[in-house]
Amino acid sequence: MNIIVCIKQVPDTTDIRIDPKTNTLIREGVPSIINPFDTYAIEEGVRLKEKHQGKVTVISMGPSQVEDALREAISLGIDEGVLLSDRAFAGADTLATSYTLAKGIKKIGKFDLIICGKQAMDGDTAQVGPGLAEKLNIPHVTYVKKIEEVKENSIQVERLMEEGYEVIKMPLPALITVVKEINEPRMPSLKGKLKAKNAQIITWNTKDLEAEENRIGLEGSPTQVIKIFTPQPRGKGETIEGTPAEQAAKLVEKLRETKIV
Amino acid sequence: MEYFLTEEQAMIRDLARKIAEEKIAPKAQELDEKGEFPWEIIKVLAQSDLFRVFLPEEYGGLGGGVFDLCLVTEELSKACSGVAVSYAASALGAFPILLYGTEEQKKKYLPDIASGKKLTAFGLTEPEAGSDAAAIQTTAVKDGDHYLLNGTKCFITNGGEAEIYTIIAMTDKKKGARGASALIVEKGTEGFTFGKEEDKMGIRASATKELVFSDCKVPKENLIGKEGGGFIVAMKTFDSSRPGIGAQAVGIAQGALDRAIDYARERVQFGHPISSFQGIQHMLADMATQIEAARALVYAVARMVDKGCKDIARPSAMSKLFASDMAMKVTTDAVQIFGGYGYMKEYPVEKMMRDAKITQIYEGTNQIQRNIIALALIKEAAKRKKK
Ligand SMILES: Cc1cc2nc3c(=O)[nH]c(=O)nc-3n(C[C@H](O)[C@H](O)[C@H](O)COP(=O)(O)OP(=O)(O)OC[C@H]3O[C@@H](n4cnc5c(N)ncnc54)[C@H](O)[C@@H]3O)c2cc1C
Ligand SMILES: Cc1cc2nc3c(=O)[nH]c(=O)nc-3n(C[C@H](O)[C@H](O)[C@H](O)COP(=O)(O)OP(=O)(O)OC[C@H]3O[C@@H](n4cnc5c(N)ncnc54)[C@H](O)[C@@H]3O)c2cc1C
Repeated sequence: MNIIVCIKQVPDTTDIRIDPKTNTLIREGVPSIINPFDTYAIEEGVRLKEKHQGKVTVISMGPSQVEDALREAISLGIDEGVLLSDRAFAGADTLATSYTLAKGIKKIGKFDLIICGKQAMDGDTAQVGPGLAEKLNIPHVTYVKKIEEVKENSIQVERLMEEGYEVIKMPLPALITVVKEINEPRMPSLKGKLKAKNAQIITWNTKDLEAEENRIGLEGSPTQVIKIFTPQPRGKGETIEGTPAEQAAKLVEKLRETKIV
Repeated sequence: MEYFLTEEQAMIRDLARKIAEEKIAPKAQELDEKGEFPWEIIKVLAQSDLFRVFLPEEYGGLGGGVFDLCLVTEELSKACSGVAVSYAASALGAFPILLYGTEEQKKKYLPDIASGKKLTAFGLTEPEAGSDAAAIQTTAVKDGDHYLLNGTKCFITNGGEAEIYTIIAMTDKKKGARGASALIVEKGTEGFTFGKEEDKMGIRASATKELVFSDCKVPKENLIGKEGGGFIVAMKTFDSSRPGIGAQAVGIAQGALDRAIDYARERVQFGHPISSFQGIQHMLADMATQIEAARALVYAVARMVDKGCKDIARPSAMSKLFASDMAMKVTTDAVQIFGGYGYMKEYPVEKMMRDAKITQIYEGTNQIQRNIIALALIKEAAKRKKK
């Protein structure tokens, strides 16, 4: 089974700071990590390989420092890392990102399954997975919380819903995006780290991918982020206290006051 | 301080630290309370290759030595030394095979130890023979193609959890200390059962059990080294393992200091954080200095062992003695800095104080370490006089 895992390097912060002038992320002084949702994608890829043999490749589009993220993935059991890096890729929206990743994946060659994270911690759109599947013309299922069964030509998964889950079977090759419920990512191993240190990271640019220049980076991105802002925090709510009976009485009174009931 | 670790050693330390912080520290209090063997964590250590660090590559190891083992033990001890000793005791049980085993024995046992698939234990102590190890009563009588093992070992770390046991028993009682031999006994061997499980003051996550042998048939190929060489095997094993106890002590003390500093900066009395009081500052400074001195000694000795230096008994005893006495003092001071809160189970330092105590007792009490050091000093002086 050949598996490709897509990972994005993101700034390690839960409170992302945004430059109010340029509306871009402040990245200075913020260390980079693998997008947390993608660590579940890596783990699932490695587990599938351990179970069904084959090869897991990790791919990422980003600046050269993303090599660190790819090496970390190798230390966790991934076989090979591919970096799509070119100044011309910068400023890509989800459409251009999906196009570029699709080009890279086609160049890697034959695959059975692509695994993405549910969404990126910074961009947060959750569009790249489905977008990529469309570009490759393969079926996809988002929010996968469990892979029930993998057969020669099909896969059956559980898709997390707000209440309960769906069971979906689809033909391979296919793409899934995974949620954190799917597994518990392992710690790196020393052998993996040694392998990662010496691993050759394959790097491809626009030319290597034979990508159309008007479909990549800023130029290939119809979406423009015009403004990013922190919404005004909502005022504190009012807490109604007392015994349940008293609380109910007070609540009804309030609802009457405001003419809701 | 700069200890000039190789890139690989730094990698080992960092991974052990990551596991300690992310997987062990959050569970330490619960493990202590329940006194439960930490199998889940042992599996993480195994899968991360940490059991491989001290074994040669031809047996599935990563080719490091006692120093690498110390780095891991120290990091694990910062979070929970009950976990750390379960890890380190597996090396203790493996050393006799590594140091004196035949090629067949090494091939048979070391790869599973390296992968962490099997834990080991080392059984010397008996109810009537602690410091006076030569007084052991367990016997191994040769009977055709096997030994018949009879007797009881007590206080054995990893007892019940380990698969591979190296046992010191008398093959010839008449010869006294020269009549002991080391044997490998596998769990599940007929006549080998487990007795009392100890309820301990500290390192409560680790397992400490009695081993009971009654007409236990051990194949004669399981003899380690020569018949009669049992105490040499045991002493050389301790020479290699004692820096590990030193590392455990350094880790416990460092963990306590780190927490004491954090607490001192937060706790306000008389309108100021207690870290602004010179009395507290000087305690912190002394604690840090003592830890660093112990660490430097432990690392230096571990490197001597790995380089194959001769006459290692004295430095090895010194590293264990100094680091463990230091840890007892530093953890006691950490509790003092926490004040009344330090005495409570809700805070982490009282556990560290309980954990530190054992490092002064096992692998030879600190009185016995002083005996070893003094004996070496006197012997040396006598030798110099002769020349
Ligand atoms: C604050 C912010 C807001 C943004 N808003 C928008 C917007 O509204 N519309 C828009 O089109 N773009 C937006 N972008 C740009 C967007 O981040 C990039 O296009 C990005 O390349 C992909 O989108 P995402 O981060 O939302 O990823 P998601 O679609 O949330 O990521 C899902 C999964 O796709 C895979 N993946 C994503 N990026 C990569 C990559 N570079 N390499 C490999 N795999 C990857 C990972 O598996 C990831 O878990 C925004 C960026 C930021 C920082
Ligand atoms: C938690 C735990 C785990 C252990 N794990 C193992 C294990 O895995 N394998 C194993 O074989 N053993 C193990 N032991 C046993 C341990 O090594 C012994 O407890 C230790 O060597 C001391 O022996 P003892 O308890 O019989 O004390 P004793 O020998 O009875 O000592 C009592 C006191 O007398 C002192 N003393 C004794 N002789 C002298 C002397 N000549 N001069 C001065 N003072 C002296 C001692 O220092 C001590 O203070 C473990 C013990 C514990 C508590």
